[in-house]
Amino acid sequence: MSLTNETIKEQLIGKFGEQVSHFEEPYGMLSFESLNEINLKVMQFLYDEPGLQFRFLTDLCAVHFPGQTGREIAVVYHLHNLVENVRIRFKVFTDIEKPDVFTATQLFSAANWMERETFDFYGVNFVGHPNLKRILNVDEMDYFPMRKEYPLEEQTRIDKDDAMFGR
Amino acid sequence: MSEQHIKLPEGSIEKNSTTLNLGPTHPATHGVFQNILELDGERIVSAEQTVGYIHRAFEKIAERRPLYQITPLTDRLNYCSSPINNTGWHLTCEKLLGVKIPKRVDYLRIIIMELARISDHLICNSVVGVDSGAYTGFLYVMQYRELIYEIYEEICGSRLTTNMGRIGGFERNFTNLAFEKLEKFLAEYPEVLREFENLFTRNRIFMERTIGAGPISGERALNYGFTGPNLRAAGVDYDVRVHTPYSSYEDFDFEIPVGTTGDCYDRFLVRNQEMWQSINLIKQAYRKVQEFKGAEAEVYHADAPAYYLPEKKDVYTKMEALIWHFKIIMGETDIPPGEVYLSVEGANGELGFYLISDGGRAPYRLHFRRPCFIYYQAYSELTKGSMLSDAVIVMSSLNLIAGEMDG
Repeated sequence: MSLTNETIKEQLIGKFGEQVSHFEEPYGMLSFESLNEINLKVMQFLYDEPGLQFRFLTDLCAVHFPGQTGREIAVVYHLHNLVENVRIRFKVFTDIEKPDVFTATQLFSAANWMERETFDFYGVNFVGHPNLKRILNVDEMDYFPMRKEYPLEEQTRIDKDDAMFGR
Repeated sequence: MSEQHIKLPEGSIEKNSTTLNLGPTHPATHGVFQNILELDGERIVSAEQTVGYIHRAFEKIAERRPLYQITPLTDRLNYCSSPINNTGWHLTCEKLLGVKIPKRVDYLRIIIMELARISDHLICNSVVGVDSGAYTGFLYVMQYRELIYEIYEEICGSRLTTNMGRIGGFERNFTNLAFEKLEKFLAEYPEVLREFENLFTRNRIFMERTIGAGPISGERALNYGFTGPNLRAAGVDYDVRVHTPYSSYEDFDFEIPVGTTGDCYDRFLVRNQEMWQSINLIKQAYRKVQEFKGAEAEVYHADAPAYYLPEKKDVYTKMEALIWHFKIIMGETDIPPGEVYLSVEGANGELGFYLISDGGRAPYRLHFRRPCFIYYQAYSELTKGSMLSDAVIVMSSLNLIAGEMDG
């Protein structure tokens, strides 16, 4: 277990300098963010660098923060080094008006559907994705339902009268 | 019949392949998913998967529910092994809230999770048998899934979608009947499993059907995000129980079976071996549970009054218990802000929970890492060039659960 959060952080700062920031360790997992444009470079570096070898994409999802103007949508990658058994969390933030993020499908085949799912729910446009279309929702849907501006139905509403499942 | 009476789709004469819709309700698909296969004779040229038929927007629903109301949603992910999902979710909450769990609860959880793993694997493996034409094994092991469900029923009152346990432990202590049934299971099941293996493992027809069907190399499997038995069948010994132990798995002694080729036969063998390991784990955990004496033997939940419901008789007689009860039921307790990822070894892979809390009563964002959603995308690569009959058997040996895939 030679790979510690500190060494990862040092290597990342050594390579990317100011472009990677916000290093945190919530519940022991190293978490950081980078500029939107260099997400692939960071992942490639984490993948290839002999001392890092983060070669397993555990999870990819997005989070919507409506309050942060210009950086509303976060795309969160969970990467895992299976040899050293270290997990890290890596985020990029993008503008909701132009949510372009480079695709990770060239690096991880697993990213294909996870990016489609993220596009489906948050509308993140993964630039370079081979088949970016909706996956879980119907193709005709014209909005991105997991964004915060679409609240869930109010559970106390009374205008819907359903004889079978009366509300 | 002259040619103009038959209206064929445009371009279908020129095209030399056949399009076949396998699903969404084909009896061999074990769930609602569709595969559009392009066939050249009986060979598969390409396969395109369509998923999402039972998408229920769990992640969105979870954004307005207090933590304890999310447990029933996790039931409906991989419904063949709901207790693992329930426990995984409770562990995530406990990690966020910083609740310390007594050892006895950990061991009881391990008993439950390993039972769930057995029930999931035996369904999957016996269905692989059904799809290759051997129905007997399926009927044979089914009565022991029934026994497992009876144990669930004795513990939590329900069978398939269990909603078992609470944040901090179990809703009640295990009854003696539950332990008796567990003993019965431990005494009888190994014999049945041995017989099940005798039916299949060296069966010539079964071997011909499964060896070499849908193989994948370890490297490709990792790149595709495979986890669980499917990854281990490809020769990679990654198991969350060992790599990131949760619920005191570090106290136990067990082996991780691995395969070599990653084909249907290896996946079958790995699952069978895992069932043996699970039996072994249950025995160890049961022994450890029995070692607790006196007051310790009655512990079945942690001390977390803000999240664990007080006993009903206290609610009626004690003011404090009444307040906690009200606050928990109404979901009025704010959860601390934080960001946590926790994964458990589900029956078909790494089941992860990524929970972001902003300090409100409900999660700000909850993402489920659903293993079979991630590895199903390899299906077209697995089946390319194989026969149509392999398409069905590859699907069942991947242990795809529609509920988990569609979230």
